[in-house]
Amino acid sequence: MNKRIPYALFAIVLVAAGCTPAPKETKIADPGTQVSGTVELWHFFTEREADAIDTVVKDFESSHPNIKVTIKPGQDDAKVTQAIGAGNGPDVGLSYSTDIVGKFCSSGAWVDLGQYISRDKVDLNQLNATTRSYTEFDGKRCAMPFLADAYGMYYNKDLFAKAGIAGPPKTLDELTEDAKKLTVKNADGSLKTVGFLPLFDFYENAPAHLAPAVGAKWLTADGKSAVGTDPAWKTLLTWQKSLIDWYGYDNLVKFRAGLGDEFSADNAFQKGQVAINIDAEYRLAFLKDQAPSLKYGVAPLPTSDPARYGGGYVTGNILGIGKNAKNPEAAWELIKYLTTNDQAVTKLAGLLKNVPTTTKSLADPALNADADFKAFIDIFNNPNSSTTPPTASGPAYQETFQQFLLNVQSGKVKNLDSGLADADKQINNVMNLGG
Amino acid sequence: MRLRRNLTTLSFLAPALIGIVVFLVYPLVSAAYFSLTKFDLLTVPKWVGLDNYKSMIDDPFLLQAARNTLWMVVVFVPARIIGAIGLSMLLTQLKRGAGFFRTVFYLPALVPPVAATIAFVYLLKPGTGPVNHFLAKIGIDGPLWFNSPAWAKPALVLLGLWAVGDLMIIFLAAVLGVPESLYEAASLDGANAWQRFWSITLPSIRPVILFAAVTGVIYTLQYFDQAAVAGSIASGQATTGAGISQSFGYPDGSTFTYPLWLYTVGFRYNALGYANALAIVLFVVALGVTVIMLRRARAFSVEEA
Repeated sequence: MNKRIPYALFAIVLVAAGCTPAPKETKIADPGTQVSGTVELWHFFTEREADAIDTVVKDFESSHPNIKVTIKPGQDDAKVTQAIGAGNGPDVGLSYSTDIVGKFCSSGAWVDLGQYISRDKVDLNQLNATTRSYTEFDGKRCAMPFLADAYGMYYNKDLFAKAGIAGPPKTLDELTEDAKKLTVKNADGSLKTVGFLPLFDFYENAPAHLAPAVGAKWLTADGKSAVGTDPAWKTLLTWQKSLIDWYGYDNLVKFRAGLGDEFSADNAFQKGQVAINIDAEYRLAFLKDQAPSLKYGVAPLPTSDPARYGGGYVTGNILGIGKNAKNPEAAWELIKYLTTNDQAVTKLAGLLKNVPTTTKSLADPALNADADFKAFIDIFNNPNSSTTPPTASGPAYQETFQQFLLNVQSGKVKNLDSGLADADKQINNVMNLGG
Repeated sequence: MRLRRNLTTLSFLAPALIGIVVFLVYPLVSAAYFSLTKFDLLTVPKWVGLDNYKSMIDDPFLLQAARNTLWMVVVFVPARIIGAIGLSMLLTQLKRGAGFFRTVFYLPALVPPVAATIAFVYLLKPGTGPVNHFLAKIGIDGPLWFNSPAWAKPALVLLGLWAVGDLMIIFLAAVLGVPESLYEAASLDGANAWQRFWSITLPSIRPVILFAAVTGVIYTLQYFDQAAVAGSIASGQATTGAGISQSFGYPDGSTFTYPLWLYTVGFRYNALGYANALAIVLFVVALGVTVIMLRRARAFSVEEA
C-alpha cells in the first residue's frame, strides 16, 4: 500500500472532525436597551396556517416598528437541526414537536432563555404547568410554548342515541361496555361499525395519548424507562387487550384496513364508522369543514380511576432562539410577544384553532363561547392532564414502546410482565444510543 | 520530464479526482470517523471507539430491519430481473406495435416512486380499492395487501415489478443484440423455444443479468422511499412533520427496512454516531455482496475466456 494513503486518510479525518460545530456563548443586552433590526423566523406551517402566522407577525411589527421579521415557512425540524449544525439557522425557530426540546436544550442548539426571562421579569406562572414542563430540559428553559393541543374523546351522538347510551363513558370499563353496545356487525360477521377501535397504531391511539387514562409514567426520576415498573401500563394494556379479544384482532385489522385516512374527509369518525375516537381540539376545524352535519360530543379521556377523570394528553408547538442567531435580542422580543402577549396568543388560538397557553388567553370569553372548544380548554387546564417528557434522544422511548405494544395487541407477547421488563431494557438501550 | 508528464496526466484527471475525493472519499471517511463517535449534528462528536458497533449486538430493531431488507434482496431483486427478462422476451416477439408496447411498459419507470407508491396503496386498499373489488367480483377474497404483515412486502414487490421498465429496456437491448444466426443454427438443430432461450439467449445476456443483479442488490439494500410512503399511507396517518417515522414499518414492522432504521436512529433519536455505524455496515455488506457476485460471475465465464 502506498505510504501516502494513510496520511491522506488521517488528514480527511482531521477535516471531518474540524467541520463539526463548536460551543458558543451568548451575552445578552442590559435591561431597557432599544432593540432593532431584522429577525428571521422559521416555521413549518403552510397555507391557511402560514397566513395566520403572517397576520400575527404583522401585528408584532406594528407594535415594534424597529424590528422587521423575515419569515421562512415550511421548515421542518430536520432542516433546522442541519442548518444550526452547519453554523447557520434561524433567529427564531418554531417546531411542531416537543420531542426536540431535550436535544436542543442539552446541545445548546437553542439558547437558554433563562437570562432573558429574568432580565425582563417575565412571569412564567401565567403559562400552564404542563406546557412549562415540556419546554425545559434538565432545568434549562430553551423553549417557550406556542399554542397547545389537548387530547380528549369525540363521540357520535346519533350512534349513542341509537344504542341507547345517555352520555359519554367516564371510565375505561364504561368505555368497553359502550364500545360493545355501539358495535354493529354485517351479516357475514365482519365489522360494520366499531364502537371504539382500540389498536395502538390506529389514528391518535398512540400510547402517549392514552397514558393519562391510567396515569402511566414514562420515565423514572433518573431518566430511565419506567414502563416495566409503573403498574399503570399493565392496567392499560390488559384493558386494551381484552377489548381487542372481544372484537377479534384479525377482524379489527380487516376493518381498519378499509378506513379512510385520518386527515382526509374519509376519517372514520367523520364517516360514522367509528363511534368513539381519541383526538385533539384541531379535529373541531376538520369536523366543521368536512362533516358539518355530524352530531358529536366532546369529553375528557375515560380513566381507570374515576378520581383521575377530566384530563388528557397535552402537547404543543414550541419556539426558541437558534444559537447562531444574528439578532438574538430581536428574536427574544418576537418570542416574548408570541408566547406571553395575551392578545397575540388569543388571536393565534382563534386563527389556528389550537389551545392558547397563557392564563388570560385561556379565560378569553370568545374562545370559551364554543362549548366544544371550551371542553378542550378544560382538559388542558385539568391537573390530571399530562405530557411526554423531553429527552435527549427525542421520541425514542415512545416509539420503542409502541413497537412492543404492537406485539402485545397482536398476541405475540405471551407474558406481559416479562415483556414489559424486556421493553424497559430495549427502551434504555435505544435511549442510550442517542443520549 | 517525468514529473511534468505526471503533472499533465494529473491535471487531466483532476476534475474526476476532485469529484471522487469530495463526493465519495471524504463522506466515506467522515462516516467511518463519525461511526466511532457519539454525535448529534449539534455538538462536538465524542470519541467512543467501537461502542456503536457493539450496541448493534443487542439492537432488536436492527435485527428486524435487517431481516426485512434481506427478504427484499432475496425476493425483490430476482423478481425484477425475471420480470424484466420475461417482458423483454415478449416484446421482442411482437410483430406489430412493438414501439407502442415498449413505451407503455417503460412508462411506469418514469413515475416518481412516491407518487407510484401512493397510487398503489390506494389501488390495493382493502374495502375501497378497485383491485380487491375486482377480485371479489370473480369470487376471490383479496388479501389486505399493505395492511397485512404477510402481504405488505409482496405488494412492494408488485410495485417494483410494475415499474420494471428501467431494467426491461436494458434487457431488451441485450436480447435484441443476440446474433440471429445463433437462433437459426439452433432451429436447424431442432431446438424448441425453451431450449433456444436457455442455451442461447440466457448465456448471451449473462453480463446484463450480472449488472442487473449487482445494481439491484445495492438499490434494494438502500430501499427507503417506497417502504416509508407505503407504511405511512396504509396506516391512515399520512402526515408531515412530527409523526413522520411513527408509521415506518406499518403494518407490524413488516416494511421496516434497514435504511428506515438508520434514518430514524439518526434524525429522530439524534444518534448520528450510531447511524453512521449502521451506514458503514451497510456499505461493507453491499461491497461484500458485489465482490462475491463479480467473483462468481468471473468463475462462470472462465470457459469463455
